Amino acid sequence: MTNFTVPTLAQMTAEGKIPEVLFWVGCAGSFDDRAKKITKAMAKILNHTGISFAVLGTEEGCTGDPAKRAGNEFLFQMQAMMNIQVLNAYEVKHIVTTCPHCYNTLKNEYPELGGNYTVEHHSQFLNGLMKDGRLKIEGGQFRGKKITFHDPCYLGRANGEYEAPRELLAKLDVELKEMRRCKQNGLCCGAGGAQMFKDAEPGTAEINHVRADEALETGTDIVVSGCPFCNTMLTDGVKNREKEDTVQVLDLAEMIALAEDL
Amino acid sequence: MNYISNFIFAIALAIAVWFFTKNVVQIRKNINLGRDLNRTDRKKDRLRNMLRVAFGQSKMQARPVAGILHFIVYVSFLIINIEVLEIVIDGLFGTHRFFAQFMGNAYGGIISFFEILAVLTIITVVIFWWRRNVKKIDRFHKPEMQGWPFKDANTILYIEVILMTALLNMNAVESNMDGAQHSFLISSLISPLWSSMSESGLHIAERILWWVHILGILSFLNYLPFSKHFHIILAFPNTYFTNLEAKGKFTNNAAVTKEVAMMMDPDADPFAATSAEDQIPVERFGAKDANDLSWVNLLNAYTCTECGRCTSECPANMTGKLLSPRKIMMDTRDRIDEIGKNITANGEFKDDGKSLLGDFISKEELWACTSCNACVQACPIDIDPLNIIMQLRNFATMEESSAPAELNAMMTNVENNGAPWPFSQMDRANWINE
Repeated sequence: MTNFTVPTLAQMTAEGKIPEVLFWVGCAGSFDDRAKKITKAMAKILNHTGISFAVLGTEEGCTGDPAKRAGNEFLFQMQAMMNIQVLNAYEVKHIVTTCPHCYNTLKNEYPELGGNYTVEHHSQFLNGLMKDGRLKIEGGQFRGKKITFHDPCYLGRANGEYEAPRELLAKLDVELKEMRRCKQNGLCCGAGGAQMFKDAEPGTAEINHVRADEALETGTDIVVSGCPFCNTMLTDGVKNREKEDTVQVLDLAEMIALAEDL
Repeated sequence: MNYISNFIFAIALAIAVWFFTKNVVQIRKNINLGRDLNRTDRKKDRLRNMLRVAFGQSKMQARPVAGILHFIVYVSFLIINIEVLEIVIDGLFGTHRFFAQFMGNAYGGIISFFEILAVLTIITVVIFWWRRNVKKIDRFHKPEMQGWPFKDANTILYIEVILMTALLNMNAVESNMDGAQHSFLISSLISPLWSSMSESGLHIAERILWWVHILGILSFLNYLPFSKHFHIILAFPNTYFTNLEAKGKFTNNAAVTKEVAMMMDPDADPFAATSAEDQIPVERFGAKDANDLSWVNLLNAYTCTECGRCTSECPANMTGKLLSPRKIMMDTRDRIDEIGKNITANGEFKDDGKSLLGDFISKEELWACTSCNACVQACPIDIDPLNIIMQLRNFATMEESSAPAELNAMMTNVENNGAPWPFSQMDRANWINE
């Protein structure tokens, strides 16, 4: 059973309440078993901070990111228009999401189509809460642990956010070991551009294996990312080296939830 | 009789300038074959970006060794060109070291400084040559670099060495002449090489070297439009007209927006005639051929100097896939060049049965991209191969329906149940109670 509550925006609206922020869960966060754990960690943190939030639940639909990256502009804009109609009907102002792909699409590609919201990746949102003193993070079980952070392309290069996740991690008193390729030079996990949903073209190696190897080279205990797809790819890459028993792959939200024993 | 050399020089200069202008005009025409795209907004930001990235070489320094070496050649090029101005004046008016009379003692110092730059350039060019031909740095030896591109790169290096050597020796010869008025730092060191020569021999040698130097420069100028070295000019407009938005923001197709709005409007009359001003003329969605791309994409293509930083950062390329962002740019340039020639020859484009997608860039390359923006980040002069890839994908998916089967399945899911996997929309909130 769950030890947190997640109201839907429909419920809250029916009660005449307006949440401070909409938690955009995304498809992976809703359906993928591994990503659902990230979603739950985020829901626990939101509960813990006492922030009034809501999800769209069954009214949420794919942002259209994978369709657009696969070249299907029609399908993308159909998804966008449907989501924008829902979001605008609820007069949503502020969105936080645990998926950098949703984040990028909502933030950059929706405004032109009539969807104007303040959109934050959960690393940015939680970092903001921390700075405002609304979220207190202490090292907890990760104190002194070696961790490395994998920059999701759609958070990092695509939107220039490299510091928010690192500032959060710094609060956990971990020892951050940067990979050779990090921040704006970070290597993709291999899932972007709709690659998540297809086999890779013939080549000499899998991108996620190469990236996981780079993470393992740092001698890290935990590989941290901020994207459900990166998480899947890197988990697979760590398994490829049979290191899954010694090296964990976690999302930022999971790190914080675990550190706070949520 | 003294006017003969002035006359010959004037003719050489006129031919060089005419020929260069002609080729630049052709390239400009080719770039304008691309679709319209408004990049005239935010002029201050654009200027700032150009000054920082092109003039200030900021992105070059991401790789410090190549960055610093390139900076030396770049600075030499900018500064030594001041001397070219003097050479042109001397050539046209039969003067000798025209600027010297205005500068007094400073002239010797300035030319000595130029000579130091010339030596640094020679050293740097040798290192560049060594990196390319002996150390064989991987990115200079990818498949798309076979043949002409590789030769082109070396040719540029050879020309630079010839030009700098001629300049230094010209000064060295002069310092051996009777009553020499000038002696400069580096050339005075190599002047003993010429000291055994007779006075008349020195005069002839000085003239020959002078002519080699200036004709070399004029030839090099005319080599530019056919070479990757054209980046020394186009890097400036290219960084000015670059995309200033977030790299993750992909263009929304306006024609599609209209269609979707109509589809979603229950009051829309599907048979209503659209007014002329509503009509957004679209010949095809996305890009099949080079002239379906925007003029900025084509400017990018002509600006590319084939350094391969994009390709060496590309996750697909480094894991052995066919995709190379540099090849995307080279193919685009080769194809638009071909289209330009076709138009020149036939008055208008005559179908040659070829297209950028298919004949130049394969589907396998196209679908290997992860849209990670590493290539865009890596480019020292703000070229965007990803934007071209996405337009080609638009065409492949929307016009040809030729996306990989797994992606079609994913898109069917998005269409049917609002998620890339076949889960019911109604189960979307199940995680809450699981």
